[in-house]
Amino acid sequence: MKKIFALLLTLVMVLALAACGSQPANDPAPAPSDGGQTDTPAPPPAPENTKLVVGFAQIGQESGWRDAETNDVQWYAARNTDTVELHFADAQQKQENQIKAIRSFIEMGVDVIAFPPVVETGWEAVLTECQEAGIPVILVDRGIDANTDDSLYTTMIASDHVWAGEQAAIAMNDLLGGSGVVVELEGTVGASAAVQRKQGFDEYMAANCSGIEIAASQTGDFTRAQGKEVMESFLKTYDKIDGVFCHNDDMALGAIEAIKEAGLKPGVDIKIVGVDGVKGAFEAILAGEMNCTVECTPILANQIFDTAAKLKAGESVEKWIMSADEVYTSDRVTEDVVAGRAY
Amino acid sequence: MKKFKNRMEFRPLLSLIVILVACGILSGGSFFSLQIVDGHLYGRLIDILRNGSRYMVLATGMTMVLATGGTDISVGSVMAISGALACSIVDMRILPGLGGNTLAAVVIALAVGALCGAWNGFLVAKLKVQPIVATMILMTAGRGIAQLIADGKIVTITSDSYYYINGGYILGLPFPLYIAAFMLIAALLITKKTAFGLAVEAIGVNSRSARLAGIKVDRNIWLIYIFCGVCAAIAGLIESAGIKGADCNNCGLMIEMDGILAVAIGGTSLSGGRFSLIASIIGALVVQTITTMILAFGVAPEVIRVFKALIVIVICLAQSPAFIAKMKEAFGRKKVVAQS
Repeated sequence: MKKIFALLLTLVMVLALAACGSQPANDPAPAPSDGGQTDTPAPPPAPENTKLVVGFAQIGQESGWRDAETNDVQWYAARNTDTVELHFADAQQKQENQIKAIRSFIEMGVDVIAFPPVVETGWEAVLTECQEAGIPVILVDRGIDANTDDSLYTTMIASDHVWAGEQAAIAMNDLLGGSGVVVELEGTVGASAAVQRKQGFDEYMAANCSGIEIAASQTGDFTRAQGKEVMESFLKTYDKIDGVFCHNDDMALGAIEAIKEAGLKPGVDIKIVGVDGVKGAFEAILAGEMNCTVECTPILANQIFDTAAKLKAGESVEKWIMSADEVYTSDRVTEDVVAGRAY
Repeated sequence: MKKFKNRMEFRPLLSLIVILVACGILSGGSFFSLQIVDGHLYGRLIDILRNGSRYMVLATGMTMVLATGGTDISVGSVMAISGALACSIVDMRILPGLGGNTLAAVVIALAVGALCGAWNGFLVAKLKVQPIVATMILMTAGRGIAQLIADGKIVTITSDSYYYINGGYILGLPFPLYIAAFMLIAALLITKKTAFGLAVEAIGVNSRSARLAGIKVDRNIWLIYIFCGVCAAIAGLIESAGIKGADCNNCGLMIEMDGILAVAIGGTSLSGGRFSLIASIIGALVVQTITTMILAFGVAPEVIRVFKALIVIVICLAQSPAFIAKMKEAFGRKKVVAQS
């Protein structure tokens, strides 16, 4: 499957390159905010050194989410072969492989290195090497240990989980009309996404929604099965629950089953807000069984390559660039939106 | 009565009753409340039976394996494989020729579970690999196989007939309970009504002398691992049906330990020999009751594991004859001190 896909990509890249010379404005989709290309109609094949060369060391295959990120980065590069050159490495879930890949990027002399750190710690040495080689580093979709010297990387493109929690709280407040009893299904104890989403949600609720009571909060380990089991228990402990905030969509999908089991209507009797924006959640929203999901998008290629271009041009960028996440409530979710979800 | 006290089922049953009574008292009786919702029973006890059914099925297979002195730590991965396979078939991602038939999906998943068990049995019985090492291979590889089948995604299905495996009700009781009961009765018939049970115990006590006594040790071990694989596959079906999807990363994660714990609480020695399937089933219910209890009383997420560990320690101590003897001795001495 992967091989076929890789073959296909190569084909697309070759075709795109071949078409470049003869046909101007060949781009199938307009590359957003990628200035260089539109300025010069009918660009001759760019000389090697003017291309933006990016080394991307992907963690590997771990979930549909990560696959979507990989595909997005590779598609972007395939669509823009005349302006960018992507060196892609698959670290197969191992830090040592990722470090090896980064070192090889340094040797190649790429313009920018981007990677999602597979673990939080142990990056000092290789990041120092990048710094010495003068290559800017973009951390993608997750950070590194807070105790690490943050001057070692140039910028980070990632979702803001606190923001996601706040957005979920705002959506919940709207859904409940400002009053009701809410329960919370937390992620894995200690996971940064869980801690920050909880922080955002709880703090917003405490500050702005005096009519809403968070009756209970329990971990569902980010999994469907546990989300279901915990929700089953909540439904028996509390006579009236008006809403449930789940730290990810999978737990929300589990909670939906538990609510049905209790003879209630998910999405109607009990409002459900999740985070992540996985396809299953969109399908549930479309079916009226869920109310809202706050995205945590893996579609980051535009931001990665835009930032890389800026860095190459010597411009300064923010230390933390928020990924372009959106809030999807039921009125925004149509069949087309669901069909277009990549993860 | 004294006779029952000496049976293997006595202590685990006592633990279960004590835990349930404690839950009842602490919750002011609401723990036992049962309602009728949509024509079926609804309450925490039903949750225990339904969510515990996968432990019961697992414990049935695991008891037999442990009784031979073996171990099967691959059951969690086999669960993931069977769930991924069944969901993918129902979703028509693979074998679309079957038209998403639930029965076909179940049969194929069980067959693959048996195949996984046969592989474990082959390593243990024929190649004489130590059971924990032999099954560790499938434990690590199995989840990868499941990922391959499901293409690295959580396969979500909408089939109501597949959901019935977990969410269905007969006479107001959850359907998986009937599956667990069926497996238990089947296993009981085989072990009690034929010489198979005796052979299992004999192998567990001393496989060499069992062979000298004319028991086909290799063949029996093989059969037992296949049985355990099928049990794991059933547990995988139950779990994936409950969430209407195959979550390869998390389905049955670390459940092998819960399965072994259930058998251990049931009193079957992990080094093999005397075993009781019913005691293991009670052990499985104890394991599930602990989880349900923790959720019912809203134990803070950060301390759940510690809390669970404490309960398990207490149960194990309460079942240890040596510890009880020590306590009696200490308690007795105190009395003497108090009297003087």
